[in-house]
Amino acid sequence: MSEPVQKSPRKTDTVVGTLLVALVVSLVCSSFVASAAVLLKPRQVANAILDMRRNILEVAGLLDPESDVEALFDGIEPRVVDLETGAYVEDADPEAFDPAEAAKDPEQSVEVPAEIDVARVGRRANHALVYVVRRDGEVSKIILPVSGYGLWSTMYGFLALEADGNTVADITFYSHGETPGLGDFIGKPAWRGLWRGKRAFDESGKVELQVVKGRVSADDPLADYHVDGVSGATLTGNGVTNMMEYWLGDHGYGPYLRNIQRGEGT
Amino acid sequence: MSSTAKRALLAPVVDDNPVTLHVLGICSALAVTTSLLPSLYMALALTVVATLANTAVSAIRHMLPTSIRIIVQMTIIASLVIVVDESLKAFAFETSRELSVFVGLIITNCIVLGRTESFASKNPVGLSFLDGIGNGLGYSVILILVASTRELLGAGTLLGYTILPTVADGGWYNPNGMMLLPPSAFFVIGLIIWAVRTWKAEQVEKPEFRIHEVHRTEAL
Repeated sequence: MSEPVQKSPRKTDTVVGTLLVALVVSLVCSSFVASAAVLLKPRQVANAILDMRRNILEVAGLLDPESDVEALFDGIEPRVVDLETGAYVEDADPEAFDPAEAAKDPEQSVEVPAEIDVARVGRRANHALVYVVRRDGEVSKIILPVSGYGLWSTMYGFLALEADGNTVADITFYSHGETPGLGDFIGKPAWRGLWRGKRAFDESGKVELQVVKGRVSADDPLADYHVDGVSGATLTGNGVTNMMEYWLGDHGYGPYLRNIQRGEGT
Repeated sequence: MSSTAKRALLAPVVDDNPVTLHVLGICSALAVTTSLLPSLYMALALTVVATLANTAVSAIRHMLPTSIRIIVQMTIIASLVIVVDESLKAFAFETSRELSVFVGLIITNCIVLGRTESFASKNPVGLSFLDGIGNGLGYSVILILVASTRELLGAGTLLGYTILPTVADGGWYNPNGMMLLPPSAFFVIGLIIWAVRTWKAEQVEKPEFRIHEVHRTEAL
């Protein structure tokens, strides 16, 4: 493959010819790529929104393959929460609030102090978008967006808590780059099932929810708070633990969840 | 179909397979073959890119300046890969997420550049088109074989359907966790290469050198 393609010089083997070919190839290729990106963008955005809503419905336990995602999503109430105080921001429009953009904006976010940034969040928006699921007017579940660094990637997911603000209803990860077939256990239904009924905080309000190495042993005093890990994917499991520690802690949803536990914020 | 055309299309499937004979494209063969579905998409994506890149390079082969031919080929390949990646995101959202960076990495897959440089830049468009499909098929065959083996033995499923019920689900099959780790792909590909070379002995390379067996007696 190292020999030249053709022995005799070509017509374009001049400086001008080379530049001309390079220019034309670049122009043609870039317009090809740009038009594909522009044409496919609306479809990709629609996919992303639909997928996000499907994930929220799934973690809320409302996903029904027979029904339309949009219609089901009407039953879920997005709310903007001030993470500092834990109170709802009444004048904020949840439709217009983009948490990813807010986290990048220095005016709307704070840097997470390094010593508590176990989940490598970096910057955290002042406000967060949570989803409140109601049944017959009463709050039945609260869905919290969570993120954190695993082995290879930042994992993004939703944690659903029961109305008591402590019992785990479900967890789902909608975006991660963990090892396929290994670290991607975090997206598997069997593993998610292990979370149901686990508790997040102990009596003193400390976050105890975590993924352990291997299986939770029967005599583990904190078995109510511990979830099985997968051997060979310990670092992904640790990432999930760190994510829980940060997002359920005082710098995350801690203040909000304490309000919920006291029966406020409905 | 003429015999040259047939050869361009079919030789890369077994006789001149890019993975088992040339040992190219191993990186993605290791990475995406933990389960069958992403491997099928990966095989399709590579076949599309290899075919279109071969066709495009062959169409402009007389105008390609020798000094920048590789970079022009890379530009064409990269553009095609981006378009394939974007299309997967638009039409096969779930799988594109599983494949993550590996579709993007088709840009650096040696099979594609290898074929454009060694075949498409010297052969007519029609033949190059067939050669692209052929090499895509050759890669696909190996990917599917490796992925089926790994998913079946590693998780007891094929395309997500349970074939061997695992102990964890109340069945009898104890899955081999190593099959889900990258090294197992090396072993599986190695076994496939062994099998192919036993069947087609002419693919076995001659030893590059051999230690003279009668060295000592000669010295006497």
